[in-house]
Order: sequence, then structure tokens, then C-alpha cells
Amino acid sequence: MIKKYSNEHEWAILDGEVASIGLSAYAVEQLGDITFVELPEIGAEADKDDSIAFIESVKAASDIYTPVGGEVVEANEELENKPELLNEAAETTWIFKLKVSDASEFDTLMDEAGYKAYIETL
Amino acid sequence: MSSTLFEKSHVGRKGINIPKQSVNDAPKLDASLLRDTKANLPEVSEFDVVRHFTRLSNKNFSIDANFYPLGSCTMKYNPKVQERVGGLAGLANLHPHHITNNQTHLVQGALSSLKTLENNLCEITGMEAFTLTPQAGAHGEMLGVMMIGAYHKKKGNNKRYVIVPDSSHGTNPATAAMVDYDVITVKSNKDGSMDFEAFKEVMSDEVAAVMMTAPNTLGLFNPAVKKICDLAHSYDALMYYDGANMNAIMGVVRPGDIGFDVIHLNLHKTFATPHGGGGPGAGPVGVGNKLKEFLPDLQVGFSEEKGYFFDTPHQNCIGKISPFFGNYLVLVRALVYMQTLGKEGMINTSKKAVLNANYILAKLKPHLKAAYPNQLCMHECVFSAEDLTKEYGIKAMDIAKYLLDFGLHAPTVYFPLIVKESIMIEPTETENIDTIDYFCQKMIDAVELAKSNPEAFKEFPKTLPISRPDETKAARSLNIRWQ
Amino acid sequence: MPYIPHTAQDVRKMLDVIGIKEESNLFDAIPNELRAKSFDLPEGLSEFEVFDNFAALANQNDTSKISFLGGGYYDHIIPTAVDSLSTRSEFYTAYTPYQAEASQGTLQALYEFQSMICELTGMEATNASMYDGGTAMAEAALMAVRVGRSKKKKILVDSGVNPIYIKIVKTYLAYHDLEVIVLDVKNDGCDKERLLSLIDKDVAGYIFQNPNFFGSVEDYSEIITALHDVKALAIMSSYPIALGILQSAKDVDADIFCGDGQSLGNYLGFGGPSFGILACKEKYIRNLPGRIVGITDDAEGRRSYVLTLQAREQHIRRDKATSNICSNQNLMALRATIFMALIGKEGFVKLSNQNFNNASYLKDELSKVEGISIYNQNPTFNEFVIELPMSSSEFINKMESKNFFAGLKLDALYENFENKVLVSATEKRTKAQMDEFVKSVKEIV
Repeated sequence: MIKKYSNEHEWAILDGEVASIGLSAYAVEQLGDITFVELPEIGAEADKDDSIAFIESVKAASDIYTPVGGEVVEANEELENKPELLNEAAETTWIFKLKVSDASEFDTLMDEAGYKAYIETL
Repeated sequence: MSSTLFEKSHVGRKGINIPKQSVNDAPKLDASLLRDTKANLPEVSEFDVVRHFTRLSNKNFSIDANFYPLGSCTMKYNPKVQERVGGLAGLANLHPHHITNNQTHLVQGALSSLKTLENNLCEITGMEAFTLTPQAGAHGEMLGVMMIGAYHKKKGNNKRYVIVPDSSHGTNPATAAMVDYDVITVKSNKDGSMDFEAFKEVMSDEVAAVMMTAPNTLGLFNPAVKKICDLAHSYDALMYYDGANMNAIMGVVRPGDIGFDVIHLNLHKTFATPHGGGGPGAGPVGVGNKLKEFLPDLQVGFSEEKGYFFDTPHQNCIGKISPFFGNYLVLVRALVYMQTLGKEGMINTSKKAVLNANYILAKLKPHLKAAYPNQLCMHECVFSAEDLTKEYGIKAMDIAKYLLDFGLHAPTVYFPLIVKESIMIEPTETENIDTIDYFCQKMIDAVELAKSNPEAFKEFPKTLPISRPDETKAARSLNIRWQ
Repeated sequence: MPYIPHTAQDVRKMLDVIGIKEESNLFDAIPNELRAKSFDLPEGLSEFEVFDNFAALANQNDTSKISFLGGGYYDHIIPTAVDSLSTRSEFYTAYTPYQAEASQGTLQALYEFQSMICELTGMEATNASMYDGGTAMAEAALMAVRVGRSKKKKILVDSGVNPIYIKIVKTYLAYHDLEVIVLDVKNDGCDKERLLSLIDKDVAGYIFQNPNFFGSVEDYSEIITALHDVKALAIMSSYPIALGILQSAKDVDADIFCGDGQSLGNYLGFGGPSFGILACKEKYIRNLPGRIVGITDDAEGRRSYVLTLQAREQHIRRDKATSNICSNQNLMALRATIFMALIGKEGFVKLSNQNFNNASYLKDELSKVEGISIYNQNPTFNEFVIELPMSSSEFINKMESKNFFAGLKLDALYENFENKVLVSATEKRTKAQMDEFVKSVKEIV
């Protein structure tokens, strides 16, 4: 299992044909205290870079763009009542899981080192 | 105490008496039409209510008691005579359905005031016609962009985008979205103005409109504005003027003369109607010839023989955005202000607003980083607390909260978005030099304190009813009504 | 010069600090070719002259007659304390309460406003007010579309909804890929059969008004169940005073409530400012536009009021915001809060009943007048439609000469309503006034 990152600060871990998607610690820190997460509908089909979830903090709001395309198979319902989990452990708290339609999309994403270098430039 | 009226309620306690019913009770309606339980309003006496709200009022800053250096918000003195006029029974008790009944003879005074206001606004802005129906600046913006949409639809233009500079008010992109346009944001150049070259690059046949604020939200007047207008027009895109900052240029520049096609004004800014703690506002919209036919339903007409009447809407009228003439009693207050100022007063108002802002810029820039230090500003000036944040951990918001303890409202912070840790200051013309000097001294004190004792900022404000509230808790455990 | 405090010495001193010679240099950045081509306005006047001018102007309006004119805007009592408290300049010259520490007064009043509106409507969430009832209805429709994730494209509007509001809804929605279907007026009530045939899975929301524009009161529960079966929202519009006794939005299981707040302590003011009410079930709160106040603590644990869920709003979300709305009609919402507190829990029911009783008496008496018939087949609240043996214009004009504003000409708003007038009677109308009204009607028909 490899963890990869997108320009929009989502991370993705591929396990078989299912990818878990979360938000990077960097992004969560920028947003501040997370107060609300709107999860995608189970069964929704999404292309890579579609906005399918939404996250809100006290002073900001942001769409979550899926870094790979596929069908939503699971959403982390715990976040509905405890959005602060993202502040506590962004890199290990997945937001939704997708059955990936094209695994090669993974190749377009950055690895951990690449992402680190990328956020240095921001 | 911050107890609500609900906590002060006692079963059986009565407020005011309503008039005695002089007819017999009618047979009750069928139970299926009636509510099951009474609305649980508080049970308090008239005196309870008076004391409660009087005490609440003491927990507010207000322009009558405090200086508001709020950039882009134009908190100026609201002349008292406005309130006296607004309370005249012949205006306050006038029923709007005389309009529907077309009983113009009952409302000649009101229509005459509306026509005068419309004419004044046309002369002040150089536009061809005004509608007074929008109830706030953002409402006017929406109407303006709707009319732009109607114009393109009529011409069969296929337009998708609205261009805004990155320094724009949040309402601009939000408005474009409400009318189903996508937004293209253009970066500002090093002088703080929308970059002409960058603008040229995104300009295309698919652009419906360009929304600009002039002077912009950095308090700067874009000298390329005419070039931008001309280029946009060459693609049949329309120019939208966000009049939030019109107070800086009355008698100096008229958007209509430059070539803007549509403009909204915020009467609670430029024309001194009270903010009311967040409204009511009024956002009249002016148009040039291209958009006249799309004006919304309800315009006042005048002829010598008929007097004032309601104009029949043009067949291309976009419809209605307000039931009648928007916030009429706000419009009246703006007209009162205009009539007391007159022509010279308006020109002087803009001059002094700009003078006050530049005086603050000059006094503070040796102490705090000015965003654009090498040019004069218009009615507002922008600073950045970025250096203080980096070196001492003191943010723009910390300085804002410090000022509150000295009876000074916070400046606008974190807007415009393109200046890091921005502090945006607009003094308005109605503040005297003593108040401004006091404010500048407190700003300088804050900067010094940031350097000598940054820890101290954690406690500010400490003299107000509350210190900094926990906004995260407010959002995570929502409590928005008494239960 | 009024409202400008600068002396000549002040100006000189300030120019020296800035480092420019003259005031006119302040505008040097503006090229000559962009300068104003004209600025032809009258000279300024003293406040006394201005006041006299407006007093004269106000006298050219007629507010002297006994009013039976309603149609969404009513002649209700306004307690003196509403005026004296809301005209405190600590309230009316305050800014929007973004700085919570300096705005606890406004914020707490708004929290109480939200609480009272939720009580009145039975809804779980509301904002700090919208512009007015018409724009609140348009925002409610857009909200229903958002809840349907923009996949449901139809908004149904009942024939009994205020026709002026319908125009506003149509204008707001015209720029989106949406269909607004307004039911034809069949009689004074809801055409349930037709409506049920129109409800399908493409419907985002159905807007109804109770009491409707003709004054009729009905039970919409059955329709709302049908809407919920296809995941469409029920948007109820009502008139706050009626909610003292009539079914609330909760009682009929409506999802969104909208309405106008003029009747709650605000002046008619030729149509404004009033304020709009927009309330909803809690699960839709993130689709609710406008400012919302919540309770939290400060560092010392003191109860504190703050604007919350601001990330929905335009100043943060920009083009992704729920609406472009920025202001609320704060001062009018404050007046409504004071009004509701002064009237109180029991008083509100009494006020509501008195409107119903007065209008019922008037309806009864008018129905006995030869040549007049009552158009409504359904029960009514505080207004109703009369059918006349003459044109509505003739009736209105003749009644005016007898010192009455007799009602609203419905032919101005509907086709084939030539001889129909909407008549209302609030708590302010006395039996003597109503008897005089009926007597005058007898004389002219």
C-alpha cells in the first residue's frame, strides 16, 4: 500500500481496488479547527478531481476533490459527529473510500517526498 | 448578565395590553387547522422588556459612541434629522398596496421623493436611469448581473464568465454564481490594481461582464480603468461598477462617464443611512442605455398633466426583485442626507474622506508596513501585520482586539485577501483630527507592545462584556435558539 | 459644511504630514480624461429646511383613512416601547456584529429573535432575517434545489401564493436550469387534485401559503406527505400573526418556512424596510443562507453570543456561498423581537384570535349586504375576498370618498377578477368602524 498526494492536498491509499481518501495534515492545519464534514453519497460515481465532499472550519470552507475516480463505497460517518478527528489525526483519518475505476490515475499523484517538496513552494 | 428573556420569563406575567375586542368571538375554526401548542414566547412585563433591551444596548459599540476605522464599510455619522424625517406619519404609515391599486393620488409625496432621489443618483454617477428596488448592496449586485444576463440572452450572446479582480468583495463572485456565471479571478499587479495584461489574457467572447470596484478595496484608483472598459466592450462584455467606495470620488469621477454599464450604490455607506447593526441597507442600481430596457418592475414616471405615476414596465423588464420600492424609509434617509449636503457638501465629503485616510497612512507607515507605501490612497489605506506575525507572533486580529479596549472598533482585518495579515482602515470624513490622532497613537502603541510584550495580547479585550469567544465550540456544538 | 469637522488649520496640518501642497493633489492619480463631466446638484440646506420639505411631502401622501387594506401588509398595533428601544443609537448606529466582544447587545437580541421565530414557526433553525417575505421565498426555493443536490429541477408554486412574491421567485430562478410551475387559480383554495398529479421525483420543492393570498385557510398535511414520498421539500409561507392560532410549519411537517415580518412591530413604510423570515428543519441548516447567531463561551467561561457557521457565507465562500446575501434587516428583526416580547405568549394568541374574530364579524356582516357575496369557500383568517356588483375600481374610489381604504383590487393581480376586492380587518379595527364600513358599502352598491 502506497500513500500518494494531490495538488489539492488530498491523500489516497490504494488497497486492492479500493482507495481511501483523506486530507493532508498540511491542509487541515491551514483550515484550522474543522467543524463540519459533508460526506459523499454511497454509490456516487466520481471522476478524478471531481468535488464530492465538503469540509468546513470556523473561518474557511473547502471542497474535497477526489484524487482518483471511481464509485464511492464507504464514507466515514464518525466524522459527522466528530469532525475534530481530522485535527487530531489528519493523515490516518480517511474521509471516504472509492472503488477505483482506473488505477493508473495513481501514477499522476505525488509521493510523500514529492508532496513535501510541493508544500515548501506554497 | 447575559440571561435571555426566556430565563426572565414567569408564567402569568403580562406585557402590554392590546386593544379590547369589540365584537363577539366567532365560531372557532376546525381543530385540524389550528396549532397544537402555543408558541412559547417569553412572559415578561413591559418594564422587563425595556430594561432588558436597554442593558443589551449598553453592550454594543455604535458610531454615536465609538470610532469605526472599518475599511470598505464606511461607518460615518448618521445625521439625526434622518430619523425625524423617517418617522413622519405620512411616510411611515403609507400602505404599499396603493401601488397595486394604482391610486397614485394617494402617494404623490412618496413618488416625488423617489423621483428626486433617482435624478440625484443619475447626476452623481453619470448613469442614465436608476432603480430603487434593491434592498441592499448585494441585492443590487444580483440585479445588475441579472440584467447583464438578460442583455446577452436577448442578443443571443453565448457568455459563461464574469471577471473579478482578486481584491474584490466576496459578494461579487457570490453574485455571479447566483446568476449562474462562472468566475474568473484576475491577479492584482504590484500597484494593487487589476493587472491589465493579465486581464487581456483572460478576456474573450465568452466573458459576460467585468466587475470592478473603483477605487478598489485597497483604496486605490486603477488608472487603467478606461482601457479595461474599452477592451471589455470590444468583446460585448458589460462593465459592472461596484459602488461600495463611491464615497471617495463624488464630484471627481462618474462611473457613467468612464463607460460603466451598470452600477450599484450602498446608501448606508456613501449616503450615511444608519447601519442598524447589519441592516436595513439599500442598493439602488444605475444603468446606461444598453440596460435601460431590462430595469425591474416598478419605476416612477412623471408628466406635467398626470403628476407622478407608475411606469409600465418595458417588455424586456427582467421582472421583480422586491415587492415594491425596496426599503423606502432607508431611501428617504439618504435623500435627506443629500439635501443637507448639497453639491459642495458632497464634493467636500469625498475630499475629506481621502484626506483623513492619507493622513493615517502617512502617520502609521513609519510604524507598520503599508501595503502600498509609495502612493497616495483614496478613502482607505491598507497595512500588513505580516512582519509582526513572523517576528513576534502577533496577528492582525490581535491588534484589532487590542483596540477594542480603548473604545476603538477594530479595523477590517483579513480583507482584502491578497494582502497577508491585512489591516484596512477607513476613517470617513466625519471624524475629526483629535479622534484620528488618538487612533493612530493606539495603533502605534499596539505595534510597540507587540515588540516588547507579545504575550500581553492574549488577554485583549479585557474591558468588554466578554473576552474572545470560542468560535470553534459555537460551530461544533450548535446552539442557535433557546430550548 | 455639515458633518465635516475640519478647520482650515486642521487641513493644513494634515496636508503637511501627508507631504502634499493642496487638497486637490489627493486626486492626482486620477487622469483628467476620467474626471466628472458634470455634477449639477442643488445647494445644501439646513436640517430645518430639509425637514420642512419632507413634512410637506409627507402631507401629499394619504394615510388618514380607516384601512381595510391588507394583502401581506397590515395595519397592526406598534407598542411605544418598540420605537423607543429600537431608536436607541447603540442599536441603530452599530455595525454588523462581526466583532463579537463589541456587539453582545445586537448578537443576544438576534439569538432571542431566532428563538422566538423558531417558537412561532415550529422550525428548528432560522437565520437573523432576510430582506423581506418575497426574497425569502425565492431563497427558500433555491435552498430546496440545493437540498436536492441540484438534480431536481422543478419548483411548484401554489395558486394561493402572494402573486407579487411569485414574480420575485420567477425572477430569481430564471437564470438557472430550473422550471417554475405555478398552478392556475381554480377557486380560493389549493387545487389538490391537479397538484398531486404534478408531484414527481423531479420536484425539488412545493411552495404554498397559509392563509393564502385570498385569506383562505386549509390543511396541507396530506400534500406534504405526498411530497416527502418523492423526497421533495414543502415550503410553507405564512403571516406571523396568523401563527398565533393556525398550524405552524412543524404541525404540517413542512421543511422550510418563509414569510414577511412587517406585521411584527414594523411600519408599513410604503413597503419597506420590513424583514424576511427563513427557517428550516435542522438537517437543512447548511443550506440556509444568511447570518446565524449561536451561543458559546469566552476564555473565562462566560456565555457569549457569536455569528456562527460563517463559512456558508459570501465573505468566506465567495462563488460557492449559499447566497450572495450579506446584510440582514437587523433593525427590523430587533423591532420584531421587542414586539413579540411585549405581546408575550398569551398575548400573541389573543392578538391572533382578535384578528380572526374581527375579520369574521366583518365577513359575516358584508355577506348580508345585498349584491355582495363572499368568494372564499374555505374558512378565512383575517382577510377575505368580496365579489361586487360593480368594478373594483369604482368600489375603491367610492369607499375612499367615505373615508376608507376599502381593500386590494384583485384584478390588478389576476385575470378575470374584475369585481373582486380583498378586505382585511386587524385587531385595530373596532366594531364601530366596521359597522360604518358596512353601512357605506350598503350605500354604494
